[in-house]
Amino acid sequence: MTVSPDSPVMAPTPDDKRPLPTNGEVAVSLAGLVEDAEAIYVAPNWKLVWWRFKRHRLALISGVVLIAVTIVALFPEFFSTQDPNQTSATKSFIPVQAVHFFDEGRLRPYVYGVQGQRNPASLRMEWQIDEATRIPVRFFAKGYEYELLGFIPTNIHFLGVASPEAEEAIHLLGTDRLGRDQWSRLMHGSQVSLSIGLVAVFMSIFFGILLGGISGYFGGLADLVIQRLIEILQSLPPIPIWMALTAAMPRDWSVQQVYFAITVILSLIGWTTLGREVRGRFLALREEDFVVAAQLAGCSQMRVIFRHMVPTFTSHIIATSTLAIPVMIINETFLSFLGLGLRPPAISWGVLLQEAQNLQSIVLAPWLLLPGLAVIITVLALNILGDGLRDAADPYA
Amino acid sequence: MLQYIIKRLLLLPLLLFIFSVFSFVIIQAPPGDFVTAYIAELATSGSSMDQAQIDALRQLYGLDQPMHIQYLKWIGRILRGDMGVSLDWQRPITQLIGERLLLTVALGAFTFGFTWVVAIPIGILSATRQYSFLDYFFTVFNYFGVATPTFMTALVLMWLAFSYFGISVTGLFSPEYVDAPWTWGRVLDLLKHLWLPAVILGLDGTARLARVMRANLLDELKKPYMEMARAKGLSEFRLVLKYPVRLALNPLVSTIGWYLPLLFSGSVIVATVMNLPTIGPMLLRALTSQDMFLAGSIILVYCCLAIIGTLLSDILLVWLDPRIRMEAS
Repeated sequence: MTVSPDSPVMAPTPDDKRPLPTNGEVAVSLAGLVEDAEAIYVAPNWKLVWWRFKRHRLALISGVVLIAVTIVALFPEFFSTQDPNQTSATKSFIPVQAVHFFDEGRLRPYVYGVQGQRNPASLRMEWQIDEATRIPVRFFAKGYEYELLGFIPTNIHFLGVASPEAEEAIHLLGTDRLGRDQWSRLMHGSQVSLSIGLVAVFMSIFFGILLGGISGYFGGLADLVIQRLIEILQSLPPIPIWMALTAAMPRDWSVQQVYFAITVILSLIGWTTLGREVRGRFLALREEDFVVAAQLAGCSQMRVIFRHMVPTFTSHIIATSTLAIPVMIINETFLSFLGLGLRPPAISWGVLLQEAQNLQSIVLAPWLLLPGLAVIITVLALNILGDGLRDAADPYA
Repeated sequence: MLQYIIKRLLLLPLLLFIFSVFSFVIIQAPPGDFVTAYIAELATSGSSMDQAQIDALRQLYGLDQPMHIQYLKWIGRILRGDMGVSLDWQRPITQLIGERLLLTVALGAFTFGFTWVVAIPIGILSATRQYSFLDYFFTVFNYFGVATPTFMTALVLMWLAFSYFGISVTGLFSPEYVDAPWTWGRVLDLLKHLWLPAVILGLDGTARLARVMRANLLDELKKPYMEMARAKGLSEFRLVLKYPVRLALNPLVSTIGWYLPLLFSGSVIVATVMNLPTIGPMLLRALTSQDMFLAGSIILVYCCLAIIGTLLSDILLVWLDPRIRMEAS
C-alpha cells in the first residue's frame, strides 16, 4: 500500500499497532466462534467498524479526550472563572496560580495568593506567589452571571473561589497584558477554534463530494477540468494565499462575518484532498456489479449515487474528514497568530497565542504560551482518532 | 522522457497566467487605487502633488483604463522586470524582493535537505525494526511533529535559548554581518544561523515523510524477492539498501510536488516569528499596511517558487522511475 501523498497524516498500514489477541482472548473467541461468526455475518457495517475501532486503544483514549474538549467548547462559560473580556490594568501578567487539591491530607482545594509590587526601574508590576495566603477554591462555585447555552441564566461555575464576596480572584493560567484571565479565555477560545475546524471541514466535504463525485461519476470533460483545478489549487502555497485573502476582508466586518469568511477561505483549498479521494472511489465503483445491477434495474442516477454508491465509502469520508479537522484548526491558529484571522474581541486559540508573538513577551510571561498546549493536545487526539477510524473504516479488509 | 517534460512545461504558461490574474486581483482588492494610496501616503509626510503630476502617474500605471488593460500593462512591466514601487518602503519592489529571494530559497533548500536526510533513515529504521522501541519512539515523535504548530516550536526554542544560554537566535546574521557584502565570513555566519529555522520548519515535514517511507518500505519488505535474496545469502544490510529502499523512495519523490509548496508556505510563519530577512515577513507587513503592489508581487513569487518545485519533482520522478518514462512515451 502506498499512502496517498496528500493525506494530512500518514496513517499506519492497517495491520499496524494493533495488539495481538492474548491466548485467553483466542480461547474465548474459539469457544464462541459459531455465535461470533453468526454475529459478524449479520452485523451492520457500522458495528463492524466499531468492533475494529475498539481494538485501537490510543484512538479510544483520544476519543475520550475529544469528548472532554467538546464539552468545554459547548459550555465555555461554565468552565471559566472570570469574564474572559474583563480587563484590569492593575492585574497584568499575573503568573500561573496552580490548584493544590490536598490541604493537610484532606481534599480541600486551594491556590496560593499573589503579591504585586511595582518595579521602580521598569515601572511594571511584578508578581510573587505568596505561599502565606491561601485562597480556598471549590467546585460548582458561584461566580459571574452568564447564560448557559445562551438561554439558561445561572452563575454556577465548574471551579471558583469558595467565597465570591472576597476581592480575590484566581488565575489558573495567569493573566495577559491587559489583565484578562487566560484560563477563561482559553475555555472560550476552544469554542471558536473547534467549531471553525468543524465548519470548514463540513464545507470541504460538501465541495469535495460534489466536485469529486461529478468528476468520478461522469468523467470526460468535467473530470478533466476538475482534475486540473485540483492540481492548480494543490500547487499553490496555501498560507500566503490565505493571508492575502483574509487581509482583503473589509475591516468593518463583524466577528460573525469574519468567522464565516475564514471557514470559506480555509475550505477553498481544503476540499481538494477529499475531492480526489471521492473521485477515486467513484471511478472504482462505477464498474462494480452492484452499481451496474442498480442501473439495469432502472434506478435513477441520483438513487444510484446516494443509495448505492455513497454508503460504501461513508466510513472513509468520515475518517478522512476527521484527519482534516486538525489541519483546519492549525491553519486557523496560524492566521489568527499572524493577526490576519479572527480579530479581537473574538477569542480563539490563535488570537490567544498572538499575545505570545515575540520573545520579549514570552520572557516576561512564559505562561502566555500555554494555550499552545491545548492546540497540541487537540490536534494530537484528532490525528490519532482519525488514524484509528481510517484503519477501522474498511471492516472487510 | 523529453515528451513528458515538454508536456509539463506547456502547462506552465497557463499556470503562470492563472496565478498572475490571482495576484492582480489581490492588488486590486482594497478600495481606491495605487495613486490615491500614494497621495495619502504623501499627505501623511506633509508633501503633496499637483494635478498634472497625479494625472501623469495615473497614465503611467494605466489607471484610467479598463481592468483588463491595466492587467496587461502590469504583466507587461513584470515581464520586463519592473514590479512597480512599494509605497511602504519607497523603493522598487524588484529590488526589495531580490535582496530577500536568495535567503528565502536558501532556507527552503536547506530545510528540504534536512527533511530528507533525517526522514529516510528514520523511515528505514522504523520499518526494518517494526514494533521495536525505536519504532514506537519515532511514531510518538511523528505525531508530535505534526501536531505542534511551527511557531510554537520556534517560540519555545527561542525562549529556551534565551533563558538558559542568554543568546538570541533570531535573524539570519550576526549584527556585524547584517549589512555587509557577501564574503566567506558572511556565508559561514549565515550557515551558523540558518540551521535552527531549517530544523524547526522541517520538523513537521520530517514526521510526514518518515511515515511515508516507513509505510512504503513495509510493503516492499513483505515481497517474495526479499526471501529470494536472503536465500541467496545477501547480507541483510546490503539487501535492504539495494532493493526495497530504492523502490520505496519512488513514492517519496512524488511527495516533493506537494511538499515544496507547503515548505515555502510554512516558512512565512517561522520567518515572521524568528524575524528572518526572507520575503515571508515582508508579505505580512505589506498586507497589514495595505501595500498591495508589494503583496501581490510576493504572492506571485511564492507561486512561481511552488511551480518550480513541482516541476523539479516531476522531472526527478521521470528520471528515477522507468515506469513513468515508458508510460509517457
